[in-house]
Amino acid sequence: MSLTVSNLQCTRGDRQLFSGLNLQLSAKQLLFLEGRNGSGKTTLIRTLCALFVADKGDILWQGQSIEEHLETYHNSLFYLGHLNAIKGDLTALENLRFNHTMSGQDCSDDELLDALERIGLFGYEDYPTRQLSQGQKRRVALARLIVNKSPLWILDEPFVALDIAAVELLQQIISQHIETGGMAIITTHQAVPLTEGKVQHLNLDDYAATSGMESYV
Amino acid sequence: MSVSWFKYAAPMNFYPLAGKLIPLFWILAIALIGFGLYWGFFQTPDVLSDQKQYYRIIFVHVAASWMGMWLYAMMVFWGLVGLVFNTRLSFMMAQATSVTGALMAFIALASGAVWGKVSWGTWWDWDPRLTMSLILMFLYIGYIALHSAIDNSRRADKASAVLSLVGLAIVPVIYYSVNCPNPNECGSLHQESSFKGVESNILLAMLVTALGFWMYSFATILMRVRNIILERDMNTKWVSKL
Amino acid sequence: MFNTFWMILKRDLKLALRRRSEIFTVLFFFIIVVSLFPLGVGFNEAMLQQIAPGVAWIAALLASMLALERLFANDYVDGTLEQMLLTPQPLSMLVLAKMTAHWLLTGLPLVLVAPVVGILYHLEAETIVTMMFMLLLGTPILSMIGAIGAALTLGLRGGGVLISLLILPLYIPVLVYGSGAITESTLQSGNIEPHILLLSAFLLLSLIFSPWATASALKISLE
Repeated sequence: MSLTVSNLQCTRGDRQLFSGLNLQLSAKQLLFLEGRNGSGKTTLIRTLCALFVADKGDILWQGQSIEEHLETYHNSLFYLGHLNAIKGDLTALENLRFNHTMSGQDCSDDELLDALERIGLFGYEDYPTRQLSQGQKRRVALARLIVNKSPLWILDEPFVALDIAAVELLQQIISQHIETGGMAIITTHQAVPLTEGKVQHLNLDDYAATSGMESYV
Repeated sequence: MSVSWFKYAAPMNFYPLAGKLIPLFWILAIALIGFGLYWGFFQTPDVLSDQKQYYRIIFVHVAASWMGMWLYAMMVFWGLVGLVFNTRLSFMMAQATSVTGALMAFIALASGAVWGKVSWGTWWDWDPRLTMSLILMFLYIGYIALHSAIDNSRRADKASAVLSLVGLAIVPVIYYSVNCPNPNECGSLHQESSFKGVESNILLAMLVTALGFWMYSFATILMRVRNIILERDMNTKWVSKL
Repeated sequence: MFNTFWMILKRDLKLALRRRSEIFTVLFFFIIVVSLFPLGVGFNEAMLQQIAPGVAWIAALLASMLALERLFANDYVDGTLEQMLLTPQPLSMLVLAKMTAHWLLTGLPLVLVAPVVGILYHLEAETIVTMMFMLLLGTPILSMIGAIGAALTLGLRGGGVLISLLILPLYIPVLVYGSGAITESTLQSGNIEPHILLLSAFLLLSLIFSPWATASALKISLE
């Protein structure tokens, strides 16, 4: 299993964010994505999810272009952005069930309930999520990580709005995923301790366009 | 000799080329429109017993109506090229075309209204072709409105290209429904159009003027495209060297 | 694949049932617009009968327009739409499910409330039946073509007015044949079969192309 990015260049609006970006991620590896505000972290993450089209460069999953094998790629991908993707009018369990089934994986209600319990929402399963706090809503979204079986996780600022207990729990979940052969790309300043596997760092400031953009088609 | 077409897909290379072409198209436009209108106004015989001198507005009206339709097709074409090859210049061409196209549709409507006032005695009639020109102008307005409502230029380009394609797909259906609101019986105020019955001098004047309108459209579209290129590539090295 | 279709359809209906007021807003908008016309143009029975088909259809176009904004907006704001783009299922199938839910919640109620228009405009029973049938045939087209506009204007300022500018011209064939058929049915020698065939053809055409066009528009808007 591997994700290979070569010579990637992205422009947002009429502003070039980065160019000549390369990265290589294999099983049991965790990549931290760093860079100052506006360096294009979110754009890079969305490009890696095939939500955003790059100007130049290739992204290969298992050696195949992700655009040409989009369904295979999306089957192996779990993405969580700034938004929780939960509906205030649905209960925590309904939200989890809908989102999980949408990603094409099957799961019994018991497993989903276990996941909610582990994330610390025991007793809240049947409340409409609009009654939950900001941090609890984030937990509903993060509960998907527990039941998800995709090898590649891409998480944009996953630790935001969480309390200390939840941060520790999320660290555990991520390191467990890496240690069991998964891979993850994360934008955060929070360290994730690993007992096994390898950590990489990528700083987008190193790839920023310096003085003026090159012309492009 | 092979020409590298893709070279001119880069705004940086197209900008000077367009600059060289613009005067050429202006000269052709003035010459052709001048000749066409001269021929139409002074060299066509007064053979049409049922039409008075005011029919001569036809040379502007027909040319503008044709251009309104052709430019829509051209706009869709460039949008499609952009969506398929992901080339920014094609989208810029589509954007530049939309304004000239809307102008042509408007001239067709205005000249049609004047002609209708003297010929049919009314500024407006719900004649199928007049209605169709009006709808064509609505489609242009929708395109321009969508493009200018989106701040992100890439999204604006692609979204309006999709809109123009959808418009093109539905236009035949609209055309049929406007021409034939009651499918049990179809009729039209306009006469059946065919080149066969047209006197050769009139036909010549009409075609030459239309060709002149083409050249005028090319000239203005290229001028507009150069502005768009400068605006979009403001941050690039080559523009700052200009 | 159909599993996902049902799941989205069920979820959208469930969400709407938990916010029932939203269904009624569109319905009452339709009824109010329809009942304002006689106040503006007078109560002459023959004239009301004559304008009823056009009025009913224009009110239906505006009502469906009003509801379009919400089609993708909620899913866009809370991030669900983004997740839908990342599922291994074809996006056009998900879009079709959302269109279906939208029609069931905003189009079908208009069909069911059509007899009210009939009463307000002194229409014959047979004309009312024709009106209901034509609305049944035409309103799905409104939802499907409208979805393209909703996807293109997603998240834009003044999106609601903008959709009308883009989409209303494309609704013309539905308006022409939808109301044409109702007028035709009031005539002695009326034959509405051609209207029905043409509208069905348009329905089929939109069914084939609009989910695909909407899916590409969504991808562009979410980039």
